[in-house]
Amino acid sequence: MNREILFQRLRQSLPAEPEPYPEYDDGLLLSRTGRPENAESAFRLQFAAINGHAFDSPLPLIALLRGTGNTRGYCDPDLFSLLGRPLADAGLDVSTTFDRSRYDDYQFGITRATGAIAETGTLVLSDEVTSDRLAALAPWVHIAVVDPATIAPSVPEAIRRFGDSVHLIWVTGPSRTADVEGILIEGVHGPGVQVAYLSSASSWTAPNLPSS
Amino acid sequence: MSARQPIDQFAAGLPGDRRSSVLGSCQAATSKRVTALADDFPHADELRRLAARIKQHTLDHLDRYLAAATDRLEEQGVQVHFADGAGEARSTIHRILADRDARRVVKAKSMVTEEIHLNEYLIERGIECLETDLGEFIIQIDGDVPSHIIRPITHKNRREIAQSFEREGLGAYNDDPEVITRRARVHLRDHYMRSQAGITGANFVSAESGRIVLVTNEGNSRFSMAPNPLHIAVVGIEKIIPRDRDLGVFLNLLARSATGQRLTVYTEFLRGPKAPRQPSGPEEMHVVFLDNGRSRILASDCREILRCIRCGACQNVCPVYRQASGHAYRSTYGGPIGAVLSPLLAGDDFASYADLPKASSLCGACREVCPVDIPIPDMLLKLRHQAHDAGLRSPGSPPMAPFAELATRPMVWRGAMSLSRAANLLPTRMLPVPALQSWLQLRTLPRWRGGEFRQWMAQRAPS
Repeated sequence: MNREILFQRLRQSLPAEPEPYPEYDDGLLLSRTGRPENAESAFRLQFAAINGHAFDSPLPLIALLRGTGNTRGYCDPDLFSLLGRPLADAGLDVSTTFDRSRYDDYQFGITRATGAIAETGTLVLSDEVTSDRLAALAPWVHIAVVDPATIAPSVPEAIRRFGDSVHLIWVTGPSRTADVEGILIEGVHGPGVQVAYLSSASSWTAPNLPSS
Repeated sequence: MSARQPIDQFAAGLPGDRRSSVLGSCQAATSKRVTALADDFPHADELRRLAARIKQHTLDHLDRYLAAATDRLEEQGVQVHFADGAGEARSTIHRILADRDARRVVKAKSMVTEEIHLNEYLIERGIECLETDLGEFIIQIDGDVPSHIIRPITHKNRREIAQSFEREGLGAYNDDPEVITRRARVHLRDHYMRSQAGITGANFVSAESGRIVLVTNEGNSRFSMAPNPLHIAVVGIEKIIPRDRDLGVFLNLLARSATGQRLTVYTEFLRGPKAPRQPSGPEEMHVVFLDNGRSRILASDCREILRCIRCGACQNVCPVYRQASGHAYRSTYGGPIGAVLSPLLAGDDFASYADLPKASSLCGACREVCPVDIPIPDMLLKLRHQAHDAGLRSPGSPPMAPFAELATRPMVWRGAMSLSRAANLLPTRMLPVPALQSWLQLRTLPRWRGGEFRQWMAQRAPS
């Protein structure tokens, strides 16, 4: 339809006394976990509450992957020296190329997160710096590498840090459904296990990180 | 004409296990919402009222905000289309697909595409259009329709689902929800990877940045867009919000109201097709803004209904929905929101849905839980008046003229109160009055105690 016709119709439909925009303080939007004293420890707590696994060294991650039988996976080449190599040295099969024709063969995927939200235990992914978005979605285990310095304390603060990212994704726990009789099942289309690997000693740089 | 409301008739015929399933899931969802909101926000009502004011402000300036959102989207390389009605939206989407020879489409859950019956239209034109939300996928293979905004298969049990999967060749009968979910995961992955386009709705659109916000728990929307080159978002024009900052209000309320989560698992903020430096993502993005009666509703005295953010909390809490299920409302939107929205969206076909606003006891629970504080009971009354003024008779309604006569004459009223005790001696179940017998099928008439209150009041010692 001609957009002018729609806009004309809208103008004719508007009330004589429109509601003004309400000014409000972001403090009103903070939940009881929205004012953490320490963003990293609050993130760990909230991440665990939504069945996430947070690690800061390779050993427990290797144990998790071995314990769940997920020993074959992909690692963003920029993160290989940080995490891919220790996993490969421990005998896991780590590839630095993501071949989409065999996307289902990768049991874990290691990609970088551009931030996190302490209030809700959320990981922030930006597709501009995700080497392949399928690598963060198709494998059963997704391991997001997060620099603790990028953890926003709250949802309003994370929104202020949107920057100019074209595709930004907040991930709050493993993929889930309760469609069948309300019973919670994790791992529907996306990962059944969500891992945050916290590392301030990131050997990678993020040249395309959106401004914060 | 039947002596009973269509919704009453539907509810009476609902199998017991289906009623239990709907009731149980609604009770659980209501309880989770209360916990999630009250635990996290001591002043949750203040947040709800703020959300209401922001949304109302946006609607009252919709021309301005829709224009701003359109400008931002186009600046970012999105092709924006406007559709007056369902037919135009369907043909616009079909044209986009046909021009690119896209014949395999995956779809994320979207109420607005249900509203315009998009799937059937595309499938009739030779386009494979597959629902990817688990519940919607089951609805599609069963040829059914969703019965709840958030939990589309709340009316189905695991045995029915297992039978459907077996029938569709997705494995031998197994009604374990985990097995059902894994089978859907495997089956749908192949379709994602072969798809040429992904169709979604949108939960919010920021006029400030042009960000399209999509929320899903399963990750199907993100998967729909991961491998294919084309994304089409179908968006009702009422989905705009003024600023990115306002998302803090609505995202906090939406997940808690819908599923009792703090945030939905996947919240996507999309500003256009993939950036040149971006390794993967759709190369082309279209937004189809749909009016379909919304501008007419905006001009009516029920405009507040357009604030709705489709959380389903009013359905969960509604005593009528809990007993009747969403299918009783005969339209895309069931429950209190549907009882208002369906007759309004119907336009010239108002008469077909004029009974829905009567399917309410006006208890007000829907307004109390609404994250955008929509005065649903007030609107139900307005629509009842509209039906009355249009001369639309409602089945099962007792004649009110004799009551009006009694109620406006105090002397006659007092006499009738005392005399009516004789009703206690009448064999009410034997009286040949169809409206009374229909009423008594579902209810028990209490013992008549007319006049006792006046007596008590007269004898009460002054305090």
